[in-house]
Amino acid sequence: MSSDQPFITDESQVVTETRDARMTGQGDRFNSRLREAFGSSPFILTKFDKFLNWCRGSSMFMLQFGIACCSIEMMHTYAVKHDLDRFGSGVPRASPRQADVMIVPGTIVSKFAPRMKRVYDQMPEPKFVVGMGSCTISGGPFQEGYNVIKGAEEVIPIDIHVPGCPPRPEALVYGVVKLQERVANGEAAPVTVKPYELEEFSDLERDELVDKLADQVDDDELVMRYNFADSP
Amino acid sequence: MSLERPDPVDDGAVERTPDELEALLGDLVVDRDDHLNAPGFVIRPDTVQETLSVLKEQAGYDHLSVVSAQEYENRYESIYHLKKYDDPTQEVSVVVPADKDNPVSESAEPVFRTADWHEREAYDLIGIEYDGHPDLRRILLPETWQGHPLSMDYDLDRPQIATLPEHANPLQEHHKDADSDTMFLNIGPHHPATHGVLHLKTVLDGEQVIDVEPDIGYLHRSEEQMAQSGTYRHQIMPYPDRWDYISAGLLNEWAYARAAEDLADIEVPEYAQVIRTMGAEMCRIAAHMLALATFALDINGDFTATFMYAINDRERVQDLLEDLTGQRLMFNYFRLGGVVWDLPEPRDEFFSKTRDFLDQLPESVEEYHNLITSNEIFQMRTIDTGVLPPEVAKNYGATGPVARGSGVDYDLRRDDPYGYYDELDWDVVTEDGCDNFSRLLVRMREVEESAKIIEQCVDLLEDWPEDERNIQANVPRTLRPDDDTEIYRAVEGAKGELGIYIRADGTDKPARFKIRSPCFSNLQTLPEMANGEYIPDVVAALGSLDIVLGEVDR
Ligand code: SF4
Repeated sequence: MSSDQPFITDESQVVTETRDARMTGQGDRFNSRLREAFGSSPFILTKFDKFLNWCRGSSMFMLQFGIACCSIEMMHTYAVKHDLDRFGSGVPRASPRQADVMIVPGTIVSKFAPRMKRVYDQMPEPKFVVGMGSCTISGGPFQEGYNVIKGAEEVIPIDIHVPGCPPRPEALVYGVVKLQERVANGEAAPVTVKPYELEEFSDLERDELVDKLADQVDDDELVMRYNFADSP
Repeated sequence: MSLERPDPVDDGAVERTPDELEALLGDLVVDRDDHLNAPGFVIRPDTVQETLSVLKEQAGYDHLSVVSAQEYENRYESIYHLKKYDDPTQEVSVVVPADKDNPVSESAEPVFRTADWHEREAYDLIGIEYDGHPDLRRILLPETWQGHPLSMDYDLDRPQIATLPEHANPLQEHHKDADSDTMFLNIGPHHPATHGVLHLKTVLDGEQVIDVEPDIGYLHRSEEQMAQSGTYRHQIMPYPDRWDYISAGLLNEWAYARAAEDLADIEVPEYAQVIRTMGAEMCRIAAHMLALATFALDINGDFTATFMYAINDRERVQDLLEDLTGQRLMFNYFRLGGVVWDLPEPRDEFFSKTRDFLDQLPESVEEYHNLITSNEIFQMRTIDTGVLPPEVAKNYGATGPVARGSGVDYDLRRDDPYGYYDELDWDVVTEDGCDNFSRLLVRMREVEESAKIIEQCVDLLEDWPEDERNIQANVPRTLRPDDDTEIYRAVEGAKGELGIYIRADGTDKPARFKIRSPCFSNLQTLPEMANGEYIPDVVAALGSLDIVLGEVDR
């Protein structure tokens, strides 16, 4: 190439197939659904809240959180074939501090409930919870177990319940998509009664049980008290 | 043939009649209480160690399967179910009654290391105290729990308190050595590498682990109570699916089916046995695939190719199982005396689908070998890490791929045959490496053996004459096994010896239902493998154990 010539690519020498393939459909790319929604103008007028809700609902970070049998189906939901990522919510984060949505996949027992509450508390607002499986609704097949919390709602608020034992991955996908819809529409989670709270031991009402444990548990230790007799 | 074992060399494997055993034990035996599966010797609570050592050292009973404890109207009782690794059909039960008002009995921990956790569980759930136990505290329930839930006077409605202890100060000096620069690290119960809700209390010295203690019970769902409140015929069968929930449902159902069928003397038709064998091996493939997937995940990091490939293969098996049973995960397909329904129609389609799966399996296994086992980084992480010598494995009662990866040739499908296994041609896989890599190899090779078994079952089922397709024996609507009959029966689950102990009391529900979970014993070996290694090796070792918390905690 002589120096006085401008830089010209010799098209005939270039393999253009991939490039062409990339370029076709380009027009479509800019005519995305978003563009359709906005109309011809590149500007949108919307309420900030609405926009933010739409953003929230379109990209959800899930907490990677496995408890029991349902978590196996949850893994299948994330993985090939069902691929939750298609709906913009398939990025499992291992740390609660980076997650928006917690799927509670399994039976919650007395020893785990305080930990789950703690993990939930560590998630930043706004946060959402999908309860997966009968166990998170009522304790499921283990409802009568001496050690089983009768539903996740006794501990944390739940936005969407997905019934089943275990729910099929399709059902979970449906549940998550429903949640996304609700978030995008700015619908709030129902306020629920949470009978079981984490509290400091010294704040518990004094009764026989508390007296008995008094020398075992420090005053400022966080505890959860279960009243199995009043459970639904 | 592959199913025959070489002649026993040491006289530990020599079979003794119950009377010879009684003579060997001499004065130690105060009474006989035979179970359906084994002779039972009643001994005094202060001679546990002596009796067990005699049986272990002089009669070769080197495998303590499980300790099952229970409360009677007038006494407490712990039963030590002993077997031989060389021949698990030789069993003996040692029955130790303890005083009703002051239930104390001697700990077996010095003789069998595995008794440590088993006795802690018995203490936790029943309330028997073990004298001389190194660390007798609750294991499944929170430390602050009141009462022992499987004892007779337990009140389900009483309130309970669980604590969330402030986690230990990471810079706190470790109690073992005031000069050392150690740090305490909590792994779990919510952590991606713990395969569920397991909590590891680790003490580190730099990057090195000097002590790791698994803390379990975060998924203790009262499985034994559930089984004890269900009727034999139909109400118990759904629960086994939920013990080892990694698609190993049929294998677990078989454990209950085998114990209950032997207890109630039910003969299963041959055709049903073949279907069971086929279904169970499909489950094994699915379970091992997940073990492989998560192990690769632990070693290689994020949701990588291997994970997706293995899940893909699982989806294929799950499709087949869904065709067969109607559910993807919780099959509830076995019934006492057979299976609930025949193969799906059209049968040809099911067979060809199964064959398609089997045909592509060697290719996928090859792919896994290319992806992981021949990967240099993977090998560096797994070879010679997490070493578990065979003697240690036996002492902890390890079974399944964990034991076979340490060269312990123990597989109940061959050694204590049930189902249709002894009619088929397949091999038991063992590896001698004793490390993380061997355990993975065992699982991968077992997948191929399972495929062989399924193929033979499909051949058999295809040619089965139409009028002999009997899927269920005649079983009475209500089963009431005789009062005070006891049985312990085990099958080879995906993780190892999955056994059930049942005591019948003449009603239609079991009086005591005890699950011997292979993962419970296998997990106990973790400190042996991990102490002294680096932190990443703990994760690798845990992954190679392939525990499932539903089965550890029950
Ligand atoms: S709902 Fe069923 S499958 Fe899910 S965790 Fe509970 S028992 Fe397991």
